[in-house]
Amino acid sequence: MMSCAVAVRDLRVERGRRQVLHGVSFEVPRGSVLGLIGPSGCGKTTLMRAVVGVQTVAGGTVTVLGEPAGGPGLRTKVGYSTQSPAVYDDLTVTENLAYFAAVLGAPKTDVARVVAEVGLEDAAGQTARTLSGGQKSRASLAVALLGAPELLVLDEPTVGLDPVLRNELWGLFHRLAAGRGVTLMVSSHVMDEASRCDRLLLMREGEILADDSPGTLRDRTGAADLEAAFLRLIADREAVSDR
Amino acid sequence: MSSAQITLATAKRILTQLRHDHRTVALMVLVPTLVMILLYYVIGDQGSFDAWTPVLLCVFPFLVMFLVTSIATLRERTTGTLERLMASPLGKLDLLLGYGLAFGLMAVVQVALVLSVSLTWLGFGLGAPLWPLVVVALCNALLGTALGLLCSAFARTEFQAVQFMPVVMIPQLLLGGILVPRDQMAPVLEWISNVLPMSYAIEAMKLAAAAGAEGDFWRDVAVVAGSAVLALVLGAATLRRRTP
Ligand SMILES: Nc1ncnc2c1ncn2[C@@H]1O[C@H](COP(=O)(O)OP(=O)(O)OP(=O)(O)O)[C@@H](O)[C@H]1O
Ligand SMILES: [Mg+2]
Repeated sequence: MMSCAVAVRDLRVERGRRQVLHGVSFEVPRGSVLGLIGPSGCGKTTLMRAVVGVQTVAGGTVTVLGEPAGGPGLRTKVGYSTQSPAVYDDLTVTENLAYFAAVLGAPKTDVARVVAEVGLEDAAGQTARTLSGGQKSRASLAVALLGAPELLVLDEPTVGLDPVLRNELWGLFHRLAAGRGVTLMVSSHVMDEASRCDRLLLMREGEILADDSPGTLRDRTGAADLEAAFLRLIADREAVSDR
Repeated sequence: MSSAQITLATAKRILTQLRHDHRTVALMVLVPTLVMILLYYVIGDQGSFDAWTPVLLCVFPFLVMFLVTSIATLRERTTGTLERLMASPLGKLDLLLGYGLAFGLMAVVQVALVLSVSLTWLGFGLGAPLWPLVVVALCNALLGTALGLLCSAFARTEFQAVQFMPVVMIPQLLLGGILVPRDQMAPVLEWISNVLPMSYAIEAMKLAAAAGAEGDFWRDVAVVAGSAVLALVLGAATLRRRTP
């Protein structure tokens, strides 16, 4: 299915002898922005790692851009930004980006482009160790934007950022999706970000509770906002499992 | 991007990291030389010093490279940059060879300094050509790099990584024929000594210092270089694209 950027079927993952994903299935259409929402520890990072192909899986299939996740053909097509910033502390932002650009075979001009995209021009010459928390996580995000990825998997890319910067980054995400047809999977804890996604995957304890557009979710639950909608969905599920 | 270009980019990145860390560079380059100078004044007798010099030329490049590499790669694992690289087109061997190349270059500088100081100031009486010594010292430094890479796979923290140093070093030093000649050891110990690469490195270094590339020299060098390659390949096998 080439219309589908990511297709996950019955994905099961065990971490530390405990099953943390219990048969998850969903699809992400190309060029859309999928939000991944759910309580801490519900398995968002695990799911993203499986899509990138760095997570050992116990069962099920994960197909990315028509190939099994993590396949050699995907390594320049999938950009991944981990939850905790993954950059070399003793290199400057520019040196970090130049190295990852070389590994990806991306043009050297990409370095300046991604620095501007995440708004780090003023800190580009600073070693990563000396960056503030938000600057460092933007440096890590910038690495994922190098080259021309067709799928971006971003694990809490806007955590610790102010509303202005968050707004700018979400503008960038939508420009990438609308302009270049990039598919994005973005996890978040912030509800106003969730409302900016085309589709939302609400997870709880390794299962998917809901997979809908933000509007549909609000209508279905009859809640005033997304936060209330999620609380209601989670409460409903708990009532079912208690019975 | 070809594999060779990625390897070179990786070596360049590691050297850039070192350039930002003057203290580590100073430790890598100066410590063996300082120990050599200290030894010279402690021994105070040129004959014994000449006998000890080849041993130190073996031990130090190995030790320093082992430590620096195991900590650097462990850091790569714990900070998430390894996960990032494993999701990229970089091959496992590209990474290991990049480390080997960068730290190998540091080893050249290290050995060059310790040899120049020993041969001039400390009057190390070398009755043979110089290059065989350099060959052994470099092979041994590469062995240290390769074993450091391998051991870092079994450490979870930097504290554990440092603990591997005595585990790897002490048996090799005790059984390497430094304190007791290898043929005077109990048979079991001699057998163990026969499978430890450092024994061959020390033997090759002693041969090189005494007579140059003579006798078993090339066999010994081949064993050390072969062990380094084996450790690199095993190290590559411990790098996993997927982790639990
Ligand atoms: N390396 C690991 N070994 C064992 N268990 C793990 C490991 N990593 C994560 N887990 C467990 O797997 C579950 C899912 O973790 P995951 O990191 O996917 O959660 P998350 O939804 O991303 O949470 P958060 O919002 O806090 O980032 C958690 O219960 C966690 O404790
Ligand atoms: Mg997470």
